[in-house]
This record gives sequence, structure tokens and C-alpha cells, in this order.
Amino acid sequence: MAVRVSMTVNGKAVSAEVEPRTLLVTFIREHLGLTGTHVGCDTAQCGACTIHMNGKAIKACSMVAMQAQDANVVTIEGVAKPDGTLHPMQAAFKEHHGLQCGFCTPGMVMNAIDFAKSHPNPSEQEVREALEGNLCRCTGYHNIVKAITAGAKAMAG
Amino acid sequence: MKAPRFAYARPATLEGALALLAAHGEEARVLAGGQSLVAMLNLRVAAPRVLVDINRVPGLGEVALGESCVRIGALARHAELERSELVARHLPLLARAVRHIAHPAIRNRGTFGGSCALADPAAELPACALALGAKLVLRGARGERRVAAGEFFRGLYETALEAGELLVAAEFPLPGPASASAFGELARRHGDYALVGLAAYAQRDGPALRDVRLAFFGVADRPVLAARAAAVLEGRRVDEATLARAVAALDLEPRGDLHASAATRRRLAGVLLERVVKELAQ
Repeated sequence: MAVRVSMTVNGKAVSAEVEPRTLLVTFIREHLGLTGTHVGCDTAQCGACTIHMNGKAIKACSMVAMQAQDANVVTIEGVAKPDGTLHPMQAAFKEHHGLQCGFCTPGMVMNAIDFAKSHPNPSEQEVREALEGNLCRCTGYHNIVKAITAGAKAMAG
Repeated sequence: MKAPRFAYARPATLEGALALLAAHGEEARVLAGGQSLVAMLNLRVAAPRVLVDINRVPGLGEVALGESCVRIGALARHAELERSELVARHLPLLARAVRHIAHPAIRNRGTFGGSCALADPAAELPACALALGAKLVLRGARGERRVAAGEFFRGLYETALEAGELLVAAEFPLPGPASASAFGELARRHGDYALVGLAAYAQRDGPALRDVRLAFFGVADRPVLAARAAAVLEGRRVDEATLARAVAALDLEPRGDLHASAATRRRLAGVLLERVVKELAQ
């Protein structure tokens, strides 16, 4: 019943025997112990599980791990530098207090990084539209929008 | 684990995928982008024995310009349609519509073929296929057949696909220089499934419209053409009086649900018709 799945996660080759029904997010959290990627809804609505697969933001609850075979996956644990220097988007969330309870933050940051690659100088409206798929139940959107606007500019350098 | 148990297969060729579908019949489900199917598995509203993941089948993701049509591969992602210059130039209706599908991260995975094969009655792309007179290309063990969008969508999550068949592409006829299209939908929040939506196509003939096709979605068990309203608009200049007559001729029979009553949906369909047809005529 178990099948072998192998991929690269945060630059490291990983492999495990899993049940085919194992979601990518379950694989990341329970097999790899990377619990920064959160599970909110399991139905692709809340965005807490957003990661990057082959450079694009995707919702890790809406894929089975087997679909990521040979893929290059980056989670929130993989965006800071090895010496602990925060990614510019993480730094912007800190600077602008873009989080309250923090549950949605990993997904927000991962989605924001992908968005900022194509929007180096986004308008507030563009940021708000890009956040459609990420819910913050503290309703702290105001500072999240500020953080992403600043983070996108910082990423563009 | 939320999903029920299933076996997983990842064929590397179209023949391999078709052989798996033929062998497992109704017990197999095709996994394309998975943006509806995986949620359905997690909610246990779907429980296939076998998932046939077609993502590694070569050639299914292409968007290509032919002599008389634009061919959109089943695995073309919504985000690719959103960015495609070819789609923007020849099928602007699709470029408009995909922006209403869910959210960016979902559009990175969700596919054209998945949306059509699932046939959610409130989905955007099936209505676009109907408005533009697309043909769906189905492959099975016995060969290939083409089914017009009007015959492909048969009901709630029901299509002309038979067990063992795979939707491989859709062919959209190339619109001529006088073609116009417009799109609108009303949803509780942008990105939600539509309460009511309208994908519209027509030929401009001076100030008048011809070959009007109004494909409504979210108002029936499948996308539907509002033929009587289109007949009112046919060959006429679009003015307030004509629009009012077209709205009065709408013969949709939407059902009410938690999100909106039948009466609300009927009213919103009229509002959308006015908005979208005005844009069509501009």
C-alpha cells in the first residue's frame, strides 16, 4: 500500500514511504517535521498551507504528496538565510507588525513572496486582490497589506 | 488522514493513462490540478479506488493556434491562460473569465480540463466554452471524438465523458474581426463560485449585434444559453428598450440555496445581462 515519494524540500533531498492519500502538507508537517506550514481548512480556502513548488505558490492541502515527486519545494522554514537573516518579506512583516496570532502568517508570507516576484511595486488594490486566498481570522489585513507593499519593494531592492 | 484510501497511478504516456482508465472504469478518477478533487477527497464526497494522475502525460498542457481554432490542452493551468498572449489576442473572453476563478495559488494548479470535466454548474470555463461554441476533444481506447460544448455538459457534475475516456483538449473556433465578447459574474466574494455569471459572444454589425450567444452559469444544473433573450437582441441596436425586452425574455429557472434565493438569482441574471450586453455592443 505504501509508496515511495522523493523530492527536494528547502534545498535538501528527502524521501519517505507514504500512503498514497497523504497530502503534501501532511508529508511536510508529519514526515519531515516542518510544522511552520499550517493546516486551516484542508479545502483550499484559507491559504495557511501555502508553500512554493517549483517556484510557484500553491496550497499544500490540495495536492497529494505523490504529485510533488521530484519537485523543488520551499516552505516557510526555507526562506530565511542559513545564518538566520530574515527574508525581506519576513522582515517587512516584523517591521509593520503584519501578524497578530500568527497562524496565517507562514501562508501569507509564502504567497506574498510569489506575488512580489511579478509585482515589485504593487498598489494597495493589487496586494488586497493577491490576498484573496489567504484568510486572517484576527482580521489584521491592514498591517499585512502594509507589510507586503514594503516587502515587495525591499525584494526588488 | 482525511481522504479515504485510494491507489495512485502516474502514467507517463497518454496510452498508459487510457489503459488505466479502461481497466478501472468507474472506479478511477482522473487527477489533473486537483483543486476541486483533492478537497472533495478530504471532505470524503469523492471516494475513488484509483487516482490516475495525468500531470506527467506529455503534450496535454499546450495552448496552440491552429488554422481555424485555438486548441487548449486539458492540463493548461488557469494561471497560464491568464498570462497567455495567444489567449488574450484570440480568446479574450477566457482571459477575462479565469481571473474570476478562485485565487492566485489555486490558479497556479487548477486546469482548464479539470474545470470542464468536473462540470460544476457555477464554473466559469464551461460557460465560456458554450458561449464560444468550443468542441471538447475526448480520447478513449476506441479513438478520439469531438463533442460540442452544448452537448458535453449534461447536468450537475455530469458530462458526455464515458468511463475510460479522457478529456484531452478543447478547440475554440477562431473568432473573426467583428467578434466581441464580454463577461460578468456576481459572487459573494471575488473568487467564490458565482451566484450568477454570464459569458457572452456576438458579431458586431455596425451598431447591431448578430449571432448573439449568452451563456449563463450558476442558474441551472449546467451552463445554459439564454436563447429567447439572444433572439430579442439579434440584429438590433442595443438600446435601453431592447435591453429591457431581452431581460423580460430571460427564461431561466434558477434554484434558491443558502447563498441566494431563486428570485434574487433571476433578478441578478437580468442585471448582468444589461451590463454585459452593453459592454458587448461598445
